[in-house]
Amino acid sequence: MLLKRGNKLLQPSRELISTERRLFMGRSLSLGALMMLTGCEAPADDSSVQRILDAMQSWNDKAQGFIFSPNKLAPVYSEAEITPDFPFNAYYSEGKSPEVAEEGYKLELAGLIDKKDSWTLQQLRALPRESQITRHICVEGWSAIGKWGGVPLRNFLTTIGADTSAKYVSFKCADNYSTSIDMATALHPQTIMALTFADQVLPRKFGFPFKVRIPTKLGFKNPKHVMAIEVTNTYPGGYWEDQGYNWFSGS
Amino acid sequence: MAWVKLHPLYVRIFHWLNAFAIVVMIMSGWQIYNASPLFEGLTFPPAFTLGGWLGGAIQFHLAAMWLFVVNLLIYLLFGFTSGRFHMRFLPLYPRDVLHDLWAAMTFRLKHDSHDYNAVQKLFYIGVIGAMLMTFLSGLVVWKPVQMQALSLVFGNYATARYVHFAGMSLICAFIVVHLALVLLVPSTLLPMITGRAKEFPKKENQHVA
Repeated sequence: MLLKRGNKLLQPSRELISTERRLFMGRSLSLGALMMLTGCEAPADDSSVQRILDAMQSWNDKAQGFIFSPNKLAPVYSEAEITPDFPFNAYYSEGKSPEVAEEGYKLELAGLIDKKDSWTLQQLRALPRESQITRHICVEGWSAIGKWGGVPLRNFLTTIGADTSAKYVSFKCADNYSTSIDMATALHPQTIMALTFADQVLPRKFGFPFKVRIPTKLGFKNPKHVMAIEVTNTYPGGYWEDQGYNWFSGS
Repeated sequence: MAWVKLHPLYVRIFHWLNAFAIVVMIMSGWQIYNASPLFEGLTFPPAFTLGGWLGGAIQFHLAAMWLFVVNLLIYLLFGFTSGRFHMRFLPLYPRDVLHDLWAAMTFRLKHDSHDYNAVQKLFYIGVIGAMLMTFLSGLVVWKPVQMQALSLVFGNYATARYVHFAGMSLICAFIVVHLALVLLVPSTLLPMITGRAKEFPKKENQHVA
């Protein structure tokens, strides 16, 4: 339904079914195989175990798309509940955060969008903004409450004439990071292009010039230092998603 | 010697699918836990984890969870509607639990029937409760926004993680005792595969088993 890449995998091949059966029937065998997997690297991509896991990833993406309710809001918190010393997190250390200059910054637009003119930071700041105090939940398990303010992505998508019937919105970042989300989440009222953190201009470590704050998704689905937005029907993947993190990763 | 039917087919299917799912859930769960430990100084040795890294572990965890949950719900449905839970697990009185626990500790517990003693009843009801608790808190950890109403039962996302951990710990405690008892009384293993067991002789002045 949501995922193109899943279609192929979700047709349960005869081989897959027989593998599952073997796994379920030979419990001693499965447990033995499990013991062999422990502590080792993830099994190679072409192993029968990995094929089952891939099929379940696609299934989980569909299930989450189905569970996701477009208007259910993430819990909001009071100023007093904000986490002091909000943690920095990225695939690199804090000192390696990209330095994006305000001058010359242009947000590039691509794909199924009517008005593809790029946007300066000044133009983005002129759009109506909203703020939220929500819980950021990391895929690792920890969470922290912070305050973000910015332009609701759905308003921006409407302004630029994006095809909101498309499947994906993809983000490319200044740190060579990328991620992509489903359109339903992109249109969620709490999905914002965050220009501020704690009522201050978004600092470099938290993604200057803007990050997409999505309280209905895990932290790694909230891209920082966004340089380009693309609306597309072709599954775009992402930095972590391509390495095996679940694509939908909704909260 | 006569044979009695002890475990119906659905119980045996549930048991072994559940054993497989639980082992996958726990070992991958430990790998996920290691990414952001709840308790300082407590991490699980890599040899007892599954998935190789956080992303791999999540794949195992969220794949096995469907088997675990669907299997558990089918078992509960059959167990309640067939009256088997009622027959096997009830009645259960605290006095009997204390009595049987003391008897077991002093190796004087009688093994003269296939009925569960009070401690076994408590254990099986307890582990079903622990599995439900782990399932529901896990649902909140997985979907804290969509399952907001349920998350209030456990406090919030952050506290639900502790409940999930506690549920896992209870299940692990059950597994340790369960396996120890199977080792102690190995004749209980085969009936969980074949479904049948030897009938006990009629009770007449039975002494210590």
